[in-house]
Amino acid sequence: MKQIVIISGKGGTGKTIIAGAFAALARDKVMADCDVDAADLHLILNTEIKESHIFKSGVTAYTYKKRCEGCGVCKKVCRFNAVREDFTIDPVSCEGCGFCSFACPQNAIEMRTNNSGELFISETRFGPLVHARLGIAEENSGKLVSLVRQKAKEIAKEKNYKWIIIDGSPGIGCPVIASITGVDCAVIVIEPTLSGLHDAKRVIGVTEHFKVPAKIIINKYDLNCDMTEKIECWSKDKNIQVLGKIIFDKAVVKSIVEGKTIIEYSNNKVANTLCTIWGLIEEELEKED
Amino acid sequence: MIISIASGKGGTGKTTVAVNLALSLGDVQLLDCDVEEPNCHIFIKPVFESRHAVFIPVPVVNQNKCDGCGRCQEVCLYNAVAVVKKEVLIFPELCHGCGSCTYFCPHRAIEEEKKEIGVIEIGKNGEIQFVHGKLNVGMMMSPPVIRAVKKHINKKKTVIIDAPPGTSCPVITAIKDTDFVILVTEPTPFGLNDLLLAVEVVRKLGISFGVIINRSGLGNKKTDEYCAGENIPILMRIPFSKKIAGIYSRGDPIIKALPEYIKEFRELYKKIEQIKVSPG
Repeated sequence: MKQIVIISGKGGTGKTIIAGAFAALARDKVMADCDVDAADLHLILNTEIKESHIFKSGVTAYTYKKRCEGCGVCKKVCRFNAVREDFTIDPVSCEGCGFCSFACPQNAIEMRTNNSGELFISETRFGPLVHARLGIAEENSGKLVSLVRQKAKEIAKEKNYKWIIIDGSPGIGCPVIASITGVDCAVIVIEPTLSGLHDAKRVIGVTEHFKVPAKIIINKYDLNCDMTEKIECWSKDKNIQVLGKIIFDKAVVKSIVEGKTIIEYSNNKVANTLCTIWGLIEEELEKED
Repeated sequence: MIISIASGKGGTGKTTVAVNLALSLGDVQLLDCDVEEPNCHIFIKPVFESRHAVFIPVPVVNQNKCDGCGRCQEVCLYNAVAVVKKEVLIFPELCHGCGSCTYFCPHRAIEEEKKEIGVIEIGKNGEIQFVHGKLNVGMMMSPPVIRAVKKHINKKKTVIIDAPPGTSCPVITAIKDTDFVILVTEPTPFGLNDLLLAVEVVRKLGISFGVIINRSGLGNKKTDEYCAGENIPILMRIPFSKKIAGIYSRGDPIIKALPEYIKEFRELYKKIEQIKVSPG
């Protein structure tokens, strides 16, 4: 089993488009949408939800006003400014550490389990998709990402599938780290902008930190060819393979509007490049076996 | 007034709006709270005057004083403390720095050590006061760095906050206690799906908000229909153009190459002021 994650550092560089294309191109695979904050892959895979599970994680403090004598210990010990003037709790600021609850001499604060989100297993025209929806303003996105990956792994094992295609989230923090640990290849999607390169350098720092092999795709490369060249030079210096360069084409947006992957949309240059790129990935990762 | 700029989906143009609004208004404070991937400095090119590390407290056990009673493990809800064979093991990457274990240890065997998780840099360019935070590579938790940036809020000025993408703790930390949220989206099914989530976040926090449609002209009309149906004001549209994409790619603000946008961004600020004066 091989796990491939698509990340970028910067948002909006084309991770989901590329994940969707790989979903259409790879044989025997399960897809995992690990952007649990703002999952979009299901929008182009026409999903039918087969299973859903409530994701419970973490706790939030709750004050029983009747038992509270207003001593203020809770407010003193809380480092997250979550205890209000009247000793009720601001659930948005509460980190769920339980300090106030343990410290309260009246036992007036209870820690309640959060319903932090939902996890779905869906069927698509390309095979199973595991995805999730983090509850609004909830924490623990990293844990939900791990759960999505675990479910995808179970399905791949059960069906003896070869590939797990993981759509990652932007950034370099907790959900990204949870989505890349232990994968066989991280595909970094870079757009040829100063911001794109700046952010890619940081996320490649993260892949190096966690010893995950990385490869690069430059998306919309013709929007700034000088910048593309810079990225290629930088990649060469860092000894990171550039799998391919994708041209900017409005067909991409049109394919999303139609709920299709770019591979299915029409015969277009973007689809052709992605076919070549997927071929390269297969070849490279099969070499390792 | 503190205006924050957010979006569910990444790459919709938050930084573009934050930077161009700041430059069009001039005398403002700009805080880049996207500490995982801060980009405002690329466009503002500030001269940095100071730099501070951001620490979180993590517990360290003095084994001489510890008798392995296990109280620390009981009070840690993050599983960052484990007592194995009377020996305390600490997992700093799971620690949220709440201080509970230190407080409850009956033998005062736990002290806190500072662990660096990021840096804050403060600078300016002309009239613009600039602060940003950077999460150290390999660190998981960005909210403490975001809180450290927001400590520098200067309430005497108009404050513009560039928030990270998403709908979870980093975004909440960035937009909490601000007066108005601009949600930047693009008119595609991905943009709309993530806008809906972002709207839920902002409504849950009870902050007034409006939408900017970036790359207007691409995609479809569904975002317009949604905003009309929900009575959400569309504050501004930035058309899709290869010229603007090119300007952005070089790290230049739109208003530098297309000064006619200065007026548009000033209008945007006026619209927000009006909404704040007469809500609903």
